[in-house]
Amino acid sequence: MNTAFRNQNFQLLSGNHAVAIGAKLANPDVSPVYPITPQTPILEKMIELQSQGELETEIITPESEHSALAASISASLTGARVFTATSSQGLLLMHELLHYAVGARSSIVMFNVNRTVASPWGFWPDQLDSLAQRDTGWIQLYSETPQESLDTVIQAFAIAESARLPVMINHDAFYVSHAVEPVEVPDQSVVDDFLSPFQPPIKLDPEIGRSFGAPIAQQTWNESRRDLAEVMSGIGELVTSTGRQWDEMTGRRNHGMLESYRLEDAEVVIATMGSMCGTVRDAVDSLRNQGVAAGLLKVRLFRPLPAAALREILAEMQCVIVLDRNYSAGTGGILHQELKGVLYGLDSTPKIHGLLAGVGGTSVSSEKIQQLVTSYKDAAFSLEPVWVE
Amino acid sequence: MEQINYTDQGRFCSGHVACGGCAEAVALRVILNIVGPNAVAVVAPSCTAVICGAWPGSSVKIPVFHTTLESCAASASGVKRALVKQGKDDTLVLGLAGDGGTYDIGLQALSSAAERNEDILYICFDNEGYMNTGGQKSSSTPLNAATGSTPTGKATRKKNIIDILAAHRIPYIATASPSDINDMAAKLKKAISLRGTKFLSILIPCLPGWGIADDSAVKVARLAVDSGAFPLFEIEDGVRVSMKPRDNPLPVAPYLKLQKRYLHLTDADLEEIQANVDSDWQRIQQRADQS
Repeated sequence: MNTAFRNQNFQLLSGNHAVAIGAKLANPDVSPVYPITPQTPILEKMIELQSQGELETEIITPESEHSALAASISASLTGARVFTATSSQGLLLMHELLHYAVGARSSIVMFNVNRTVASPWGFWPDQLDSLAQRDTGWIQLYSETPQESLDTVIQAFAIAESARLPVMINHDAFYVSHAVEPVEVPDQSVVDDFLSPFQPPIKLDPEIGRSFGAPIAQQTWNESRRDLAEVMSGIGELVTSTGRQWDEMTGRRNHGMLESYRLEDAEVVIATMGSMCGTVRDAVDSLRNQGVAAGLLKVRLFRPLPAAALREILAEMQCVIVLDRNYSAGTGGILHQELKGVLYGLDSTPKIHGLLAGVGGTSVSSEKIQQLVTSYKDAAFSLEPVWVE
Repeated sequence: MEQINYTDQGRFCSGHVACGGCAEAVALRVILNIVGPNAVAVVAPSCTAVICGAWPGSSVKIPVFHTTLESCAASASGVKRALVKQGKDDTLVLGLAGDGGTYDIGLQALSSAAERNEDILYICFDNEGYMNTGGQKSSSTPLNAATGSTPTGKATRKKNIIDILAAHRIPYIATASPSDINDMAAKLKKAISLRGTKFLSILIPCLPGWGIADDSAVKVARLAVDSGAFPLFEIEDGVRVSMKPRDNPLPVAPYLKLQKRYLHLTDADLEEIQANVDSDWQRIQQRADQS
């Protein structure tokens, strides 16, 4: 073991256990949770820590994810710090309340493990579950590794409680949720210094006497969404500054909205999210060795979409290859759709190829990505998404 | 007739938008009087949500969280646990819902909260249908009652929510009626004195939904109680049943004949309903006798 590893508190953790430890370090007051594969290790680890007295939180074990989120919303509105976790069908069952959580301006941090959506049944990495919630107003972050998941959970509390908006962090089923890696666990004192106490100005409290969610007229409803839009417009900056502060305190890197890897002089950029980024890094290194100027654009913040930052980076490129581990029937890959929208109206736009790669959890190797780059970097633009075999 | 023992504490405000003559306003007034200022209400979409009022007003002098139709018990659990964690254990958390939000779409969350014995007081305002949406049947709608979705009369009987909750063995279950204010107040006080999940079902005769006169809600409720169509009783820990013995039971017909939803009843229908009321009463009385 090298010196750096000895000097820091490295533990071998699965992605899900890293999430649970990150959540524990943030000391949530209330944690409503419902089991679902492959999220369950998060729930079990939280309850194990609680039962051992290492975590003081009110665990609520309701009959469904729907009730877990219902309890999360109302708990958050009392001024409690709230954490929950889910995946796939559970996230879909929450859909009604995902909207509700945003309108109610709750500050929940939820971890979602990206898993295929039935039917047919499957338990594999696929990001359609969370991407299908893109219009609910949750801040969405995508994590590549167990370390990033731990770090992001802690940052998410700062973001959610500052913006008074719920944050959903996502990592891929099994590739991240169950893969075990050395993870540096920060000291409790670092997290305590980083996170301010959650003290919302308005909360559900008899001493304050304010009600939440009463029916309102059209104009006021309209204004509630304008308020939301104003908050959303500052989230990119909030995510950036929060990530920078965390990085300064921990010596880590790359907790911004986007991460560029070897993009400086790249002719072709591969844009993707989640665990696929790791494989793309390897492919980029190999392509560079072969003389192909390739780079990675990792989208960490998906909602709100950092449109200006994406546009600035992508406008410089000749070719963009989007790898989507999701399939929105009738359109194609969702990141592809979003990036096409971002590029509209530029004087000269790069070619952009939408590749459906790894949908349903199929393996996409570094070699495969290298082949795709070779095939598509000079190919004509195609309106239709392409299925990668 | 007993004298009503009641001093209004001013916790339910005039200007609320309940229908003129609605007995739910009476019940809400009593509830708020008993629970006092240190309480939070979680309200599912229902007549209650409407009566509590639209932003920026409120007819109730406690904070209200308006939740979704199926989430009342889950949201109330979230409020209670969060307050406990913040050291505010003495704040009472109420769940207020209609029978649609309780018997139907909210049953799953309610069952789970009861199974966890969450420290909440859940009150169902039972007007035997989706009256806030114009009067459709719920699983609380009684046999043969006509609603917008059962125009010729409901073919099946009212769901027995009390026995379902008793099967959860929660500390306290009671039925109450706006015709018996002292009884309702006593049951509320008893519920508040206990920890765990408490469930109160209050009969609310619905003026438009049942087709009754605007000044008859309390009278109809009294006939429901006196005929045994809506027995007033308590169940502690799911097993100990207490109910006053019935001295001179009224037949159910005078209760039904005040309601347009039963206009179509035949004599045979009436006999069937009377037989059901009698057997239900006997079953509860037997359990009370054995307790």
